[in-house]
Amino acid sequence: MTVRTEQPSSRIDDGIGESALRPDGIAKLKGEFEYAQDQWVEGMLWGATTRSPHPHARILSIDVAPALAIGGVHAVLTADDVPGRASFGLEHPDQPVLAKEMVNFWGEPVAIVAAEDDATARRAAAAVVVEYERLEPLTDPEDADLRDEVFQRMRIRRGDQSASGSVVVEGFYEVGMQDQAPLGTEAGLAVPDGHGGVDLYATSQFVHADHEQVVASLGLRPEQVRAHPTGIGGAFGAREDVNLHIHLCLLALHTSQPVKMVYHRSESFTGHVHRHPARMWYRHEADEDGNLVRVRAKVLIDGGAYASTTAAVLANACYFAVGPYNCESVSVDGVGTRTNNPPCGAMRGFGAVQVCFAHEAQMDRLADALGMDPLELRRKNALESGDSMPTTGQVIETPLPTVEVIDSLAAMPIPEESERAGLPGGSGLTTEEHHVVRGIGYAVGIKNLGFSEGFDDFAQARVLLTPGGAIVETAAIEVGQGLVTILAQIVRSSMGVSSVEVRHVDTSKIDSAGSTSASRQTQMSGGATLEASSRLRARILEHFAGDDLNDEGVWRDGELVVPMSRVTEDKWEETVTFRHPPTSPPDGDGQGVVHADFALAAHRAVVDVDPELGLVTVVRVDTAQDVGKALNPQSVVGQIEGGIMQGVGLAIMEELILDHGVIRNPNFTDYLLPTILDAPDVEALLIEKEGSWGPFGAKGVGEPPTISSTAAVAAAIRNATGRAINRVPVRPQDIAL
Amino acid sequence: MTEPITLTVNGLDYPVDVDMGRNLLSVLRTEIGLTGTKEGCDDSECGACMVLLDDQPVNSCSYLALQAEGKSVTTIEGVMPADGLHAIQRSLLEEGGVQCGFCTPGIIMSTRALLDGNPSPSEEEIRIGLSGNLCRCTGYAKILAAVIRTASDN
Repeated sequence: MTVRTEQPSSRIDDGIGESALRPDGIAKLKGEFEYAQDQWVEGMLWGATTRSPHPHARILSIDVAPALAIGGVHAVLTADDVPGRASFGLEHPDQPVLAKEMVNFWGEPVAIVAAEDDATARRAAAAVVVEYERLEPLTDPEDADLRDEVFQRMRIRRGDQSASGSVVVEGFYEVGMQDQAPLGTEAGLAVPDGHGGVDLYATSQFVHADHEQVVASLGLRPEQVRAHPTGIGGAFGAREDVNLHIHLCLLALHTSQPVKMVYHRSESFTGHVHRHPARMWYRHEADEDGNLVRVRAKVLIDGGAYASTTAAVLANACYFAVGPYNCESVSVDGVGTRTNNPPCGAMRGFGAVQVCFAHEAQMDRLADALGMDPLELRRKNALESGDSMPTTGQVIETPLPTVEVIDSLAAMPIPEESERAGLPGGSGLTTEEHHVVRGIGYAVGIKNLGFSEGFDDFAQARVLLTPGGAIVETAAIEVGQGLVTILAQIVRSSMGVSSVEVRHVDTSKIDSAGSTSASRQTQMSGGATLEASSRLRARILEHFAGDDLNDEGVWRDGELVVPMSRVTEDKWEETVTFRHPPTSPPDGDGQGVVHADFALAAHRAVVDVDPELGLVTVVRVDTAQDVGKALNPQSVVGQIEGGIMQGVGLAIMEELILDHGVIRNPNFTDYLLPTILDAPDVEALLIEKEGSWGPFGAKGVGEPPTISSTAAVAAAIRNATGRAINRVPVRPQDIAL
Repeated sequence: MTEPITLTVNGLDYPVDVDMGRNLLSVLRTEIGLTGTKEGCDDSECGACMVLLDDQPVNSCSYLALQAEGKSVTTIEGVMPADGLHAIQRSLLEEGGVQCGFCTPGIIMSTRALLDGNPSPSEEEIRIGLSGNLCRCTGYAKILAAVIRTASDN
């Protein structure tokens, strides 16, 4: 796929494979980096949202007059004011821009307000009088399944369905609803252009998808809306879907003034989708030697009130339901239910997280039943390059060093004692040291990279060579992961020019880079950038009959023949749309070449447990990860450490608690995020194997750290306590009662 | 009801009219225009809004602007020396302690308060000193490494 022209002969600083520093780092360290929250323009209004206090109700009437009567209020809009498509959605436009007749989840937007300041806007939003007839919410996903209230069902059948093994383990597993909790809440600014169009600067992972949905709901022509990448305080999946984007544009066009909106944290918890909670029923069968003979699973995920990406998350959960193991007889039934719970969608790991917790618990139980070492069981069944996916039958053609990952992790030493000798529960009056039990657990996880199932997955990038250096233009979103660093490194190494600026440009200036999700931008936008940069270098060398290019200019036979100042008198620009190897939709049995690439990681967790109070300290998490090629090792390890922390969070503390559809803990006091006191020591081994189609063989690295780290912590708690531990987050009562 | 007050921020006096119930964070960001201090939770939990008040770290989201009158407020914009980055900033950059960066100003303010009071903290003391600052990106490892490095360079 990638054009690999000859590489520059001379080594360049901060090229690929080096831990180049972030170009936006200094601005962020000085407080000068502009986040969506920090935007300000003269004469701007502030927006706020009126939300449903009920998870399910009929709207009988909406009276906006009390809100409009407040001084400083410029507009109060309802569903009747949406000029175009009344609903939106990343895959299926089923979610109302503003609720019209019914509200289907707690916190659903009903009206939006623009006022002269934030406080007035919020007061006006609260003053909108909505009369509801409350209805019984459907909140139990198993009920929804029985009533056929579903977004999607998924069926996978592979191999002889009558196969059976002599050693059988069954289990039921549950995963709670996790929140991405990016530290920056949803925020944005919409600026009318004076000609009926609008410029949108809002938190996003995918500006072209925002653009399409804004255009549809505003009833505008595509060229009338420009969605601009803007500074983001984290994302982790929460920013794939539209939330305030259409609202901001509606208000801006209605008032003919710029409008800014920033969600408060409590509002953010209802304003974006969450990780799907899951219930999973498993049966593993093996022969006496530990060869997996058959795996059967039922996977239920709750999509909540609207579709978002539930179908894709469910498909992923089903495709990776067996994990990175060979098995010739597989049956998976998946269902993504529709309820009156908060909508769920993308979060780091995207379906693979939930099933990994279940399949790894099953592998441990199977090892126990066989009297076998759990790592030996995994090695014995390891899915490797050249094998067929147990679910889809797809032959894996890119590197998948499963055994090496497991062996490398197992060989990592466990330090005798962590420097921190703290007891679980911290400084509280908990237990005595000799009552604390240590446990160790392992888990392995696998996930696809990029978009699958025949989706036309592409990323466009443009590379220019100017008197000031090289420039990369892209609409790919930098969420903090370091794409802005990687793209510059790719250009340095492939073109030979050391000064590279990455510019995030709006939707009118470049085609889509796709979403910053599915661990895909290093491979996709990185692939586009490498190809554009390599082509541009080849064109320049051909034009000047040179054989090398660097900061000084074009060289031939070791002599500078054209100085850079003359090279850049011409306009040099190359735009490339990169596509990964084609995939296809699955057949009716879930079979086919549905994925473009895979990555895996293994984790080993060490925990200390207070069995009396059920408190857990995660002492350390070690990992080996299949990364293809680490383009920036420090960034890769940063992704690993951060991803592990989120996995630890899901394992022992992070859960949105629902009560009949109402979130009971929409704040950081009650939704517990790991602090630095909860952070385990982490050692990471990067396993590099050539052969992936990403630039220089790179694979995406963002998601694997979150996939099996949760399962490893659960396994360690199981090891320490002997408890079944069949749900995460593990609560004190799951250990102590 | 507004009250005219003067806030001393990073050594400069700013006369502002503020509502009595208004928090310091909001006045810093919208009246004075210092947007380096962030709002992450409005609940004193995340530390993104950390500033120094007479050298003590305070969550400015939960502190009335009125109460800050007569005190010296230091924000992220006031941390940097004229000749480049503060040692904490340099360590965070080089150790890879910045990803999305939204927590970074608060982390720097807490670190500065910690090191001003205790130039050679143990790892445990660093963890306790930064336990009021949430970071969702890094898993804290590189932040911890950066603070350890800053302290050992002291």
